[in-house]
Amino acid sequence: MKATKCVVALVAYLLACVPAFGGDAIKIGAILSVTGPASFLGEPEKNTLVMLQEQINAAGGVNGQQLEVIIYDDESDVNKCVMAAKKLLDQDQVAVVIGPSISGNTLAISKFFSSAEVPLISCAAAEKIVRPVDPWIFNTPQLDRHAVSRILMDARDKGYKRLAILTVSDGYGQAGRAVLKELVPAEGFELAADEVYGPKDTDMTAQLTKIKGASADAIICWGTNPGPAVVARNRVQLGLDTPLYMSHGVASGKFIELAGDAAEGLVLPAGRLVAVDQLPADHPQKPVLEAYVADYTKAFGPQISSFGGYAHDAFALVMEAIKMGGSAKSGDIRDNLEKISGFAGTSGVYTYSPENHNGLDESAFIMVTIENGTWKVLN
Amino acid sequence: MDPSSLLQYLITGLTLGSTYGLTALGFTIIFNTTGVINFAQGEFVMLGGMMSVYFMHALGLGEPSAVVLAVLGATMAGALVERLAIRPVRDCPTINLIIITIGVSILIRGLAMLLWGKDTHVLEPFSGNQPIMFLGAAIMPQAIWVLAISLFLLAALKLFFSGTIHGKAMLACSFDSKAASLVGIGVQRMVLLSFMISAFVGAVGGVILAPITMTSYDVGIMLGLKGFAACILGGLGNPFGAAAGGLILGVLESMGAGFVSSAYKDALAFVILLILLFVKPSGLFGPKDSKRV
Repeated sequence: MKATKCVVALVAYLLACVPAFGGDAIKIGAILSVTGPASFLGEPEKNTLVMLQEQINAAGGVNGQQLEVIIYDDESDVNKCVMAAKKLLDQDQVAVVIGPSISGNTLAISKFFSSAEVPLISCAAAEKIVRPVDPWIFNTPQLDRHAVSRILMDARDKGYKRLAILTVSDGYGQAGRAVLKELVPAEGFELAADEVYGPKDTDMTAQLTKIKGASADAIICWGTNPGPAVVARNRVQLGLDTPLYMSHGVASGKFIELAGDAAEGLVLPAGRLVAVDQLPADHPQKPVLEAYVADYTKAFGPQISSFGGYAHDAFALVMEAIKMGGSAKSGDIRDNLEKISGFAGTSGVYTYSPENHNGLDESAFIMVTIENGTWKVLN
Repeated sequence: MDPSSLLQYLITGLTLGSTYGLTALGFTIIFNTTGVINFAQGEFVMLGGMMSVYFMHALGLGEPSAVVLAVLGATMAGALVERLAIRPVRDCPTINLIIITIGVSILIRGLAMLLWGKDTHVLEPFSGNQPIMFLGAAIMPQAIWVLAISLFLLAALKLFFSGTIHGKAMLACSFDSKAASLVGIGVQRMVLLSFMISAFVGAVGGVILAPITMTSYDVGIMLGLKGFAACILGGLGNPFGAAAGGLILGVLESMGAGFVSSAYKDALAFVILLILLFVKPSGLFGPKDSKRV
C-alpha cells in the first residue's frame, strides 16, 4: 500500500515537472491526417513539420527559444480531430495550431479556436474556412476559386464555349463542383454536362460517353488520385479527342505515373513546386522552393508533392509572425499574421490582412501541361 | 440515344460486372463448403494485384512470372487464413466465423498498407493499350482478357463442383459436415481447400483487373461489397448465379450512369437489388425453396 502511494506520488511529481522542463520552448500544435483516406495530404505535411522543427532548433530556435511541435494524427476522422483539438487547447496549451489536413475537419474544430483565442492555420483549401473571415482562422493552400479562374482564363484564350465538368463525389470534388457551377456560367461559358464519379470508382467510361454525346469543347475533371488518372486513361481508350483539364489536386508525379501515356497533353493549374527548375531566377518563390525540394527529397526521398508545402507555408508564416512581433503569445501571433505582406512560401506569395485570411490569389497558380512524362510550364 | 453509346455502356458494364462476378465466385466457393460468408474475399483480390506489382518492382521480375507468383502467394495467404483464423475456432457458430473474417480483412489490409504503402499502382495491360473499335464503341484488349478468363474460371469451377470427387465432397460438407465426415470426407481438408480455391480465384481476378482498375491496399473494400451484392443478386451458393449477378450489377451501374445520372449510379443499382430481393428473396438463380435437406 505504501509502495503504491509512493509510486503515485512519484508519477504525480514527474507529471508536474514536465511542463516546467518544457517551459522555455514555444509549443506549436498540429493535427494532420497522417493515416486514413487523406494520408496523401497528412503524411507529407507531418514529414515537413518534423523536418522544419529540427532545422529551426538546430539553428538555435526562433528568438532564442526552442520549438516543440506536438503532432496528432486525426486518421482523417472528424471525431478524432475534435478530440485532438481539445487536447491541444486544454492539455498541451499550445500557442498556435497548424492543420487539419482536410476541410471538413477544419470546419468542425474552427469554433473552438475563437473561444480559446488560439490561431489556427489550416492546410485545407475550402473557401468556407476563410470566408467569412473568422479572426482566429487562417489557411495556406490556394483556393479552388483561384484554380477554376485560371482554367477558365485558359479556356477563353483557346476559344472554348461549351464546357463539361466531371467531379468526384467527395469533399474535394463537391467543393470544386460548387465553384465550377458558379463560375462557368458567370464567366460566359455554357455548362454542357455535369457528371459525377465515386472516389473508389475504377471506370469512368460511362460518364465520358455521356459527355461525348453532349458535344463539349473541353472537359474539366476535379478530383484527387487515382480517379483522374482513370478518367485520363478512359478518355484515350474511348478515342475521345476533347481537351481535358485537370485540377491542382493531381499536381504530383504520382499522377503521371498512374495515367502513363494518357497524361500527355493534359492541362492543369499547379503550384510552382512541380516546375521549380523552369522558374525564372528572379522569382521570389524560387529560393524557398529550391530549399524545400532539396531538404525534403534528402530526408524522405523523391516523392515530393505540393501538399507538404501547405504545412511548410503554415509553419513558415508562424515563424515569420513570431519574429515580427518578437512574441510567441497566441494573440500576438494572430495580430502579426494579419500584418504579413509579400511573404514568399511554396504555394505562393502571401499577403494576409484582417479581411483576407487566405493571402493568395490567381497568381499562385501556373498553368502546366504534361509532355514526355514531365511537367512543362505554359505561358 | 445513339446505338454506339448504348453498346459502349453495355461493354463498360460487362467489364465492370465481371470484376464483381469474380469476387462473387470466391464468396460462393467458401459459402458452399462452410456456410461462412468470407468478408476477406475482397482482400484476396487486392493481394493478387498488389503482390504482382510488388514482385515486378521489388524483385525485378517480368509480368508473367510476377503474376504467377502473386497468384500462388495469395493462394498461400488463403491457406494461412484458414489455418490461423478459422480452424482454431471451427466449432463456433457460423456468425462468429463471419465476424472473424471481417477481422481478418482489416488485418490483411493493414499489413498491406504497412508493407507496400498507401499509394495506388498500375500494372501494364497483358496485350497493349490500343482499343479495338467495334460498331463505334471502344473495347480494351484487357476487357476481353477479363471476360474470357472469368468465363473459363466459371466453367472450370462448374466442372469441379459437379464432376470431381473433391468438388462433390466440398458440396457435401456444406449440406451437413457431420454426415460428410461420417462417410469418410476430411471436412477440415475440404475447408482448407475451399479457402485456397477462393483465394486463387480472387487473386486471378485481382491480377487481370489491375491493368483496368489500378490497385492499392484498399481496393478490396468496395470490390468485396459489390461482389457480395452480386452474390445475393444471383442467389447465394450458385456459382453461375454469382457470375451472372456480377454482370447484371455492372451493366445496371453503367446504364444508370449513362441514362439517369452518374451521381446516383450506385444508388440505382442497389435500389434495383432491393426491389428484386423483395420480389424474390432467394435471388435470381437461388434455390426455389430456401430450406435444403
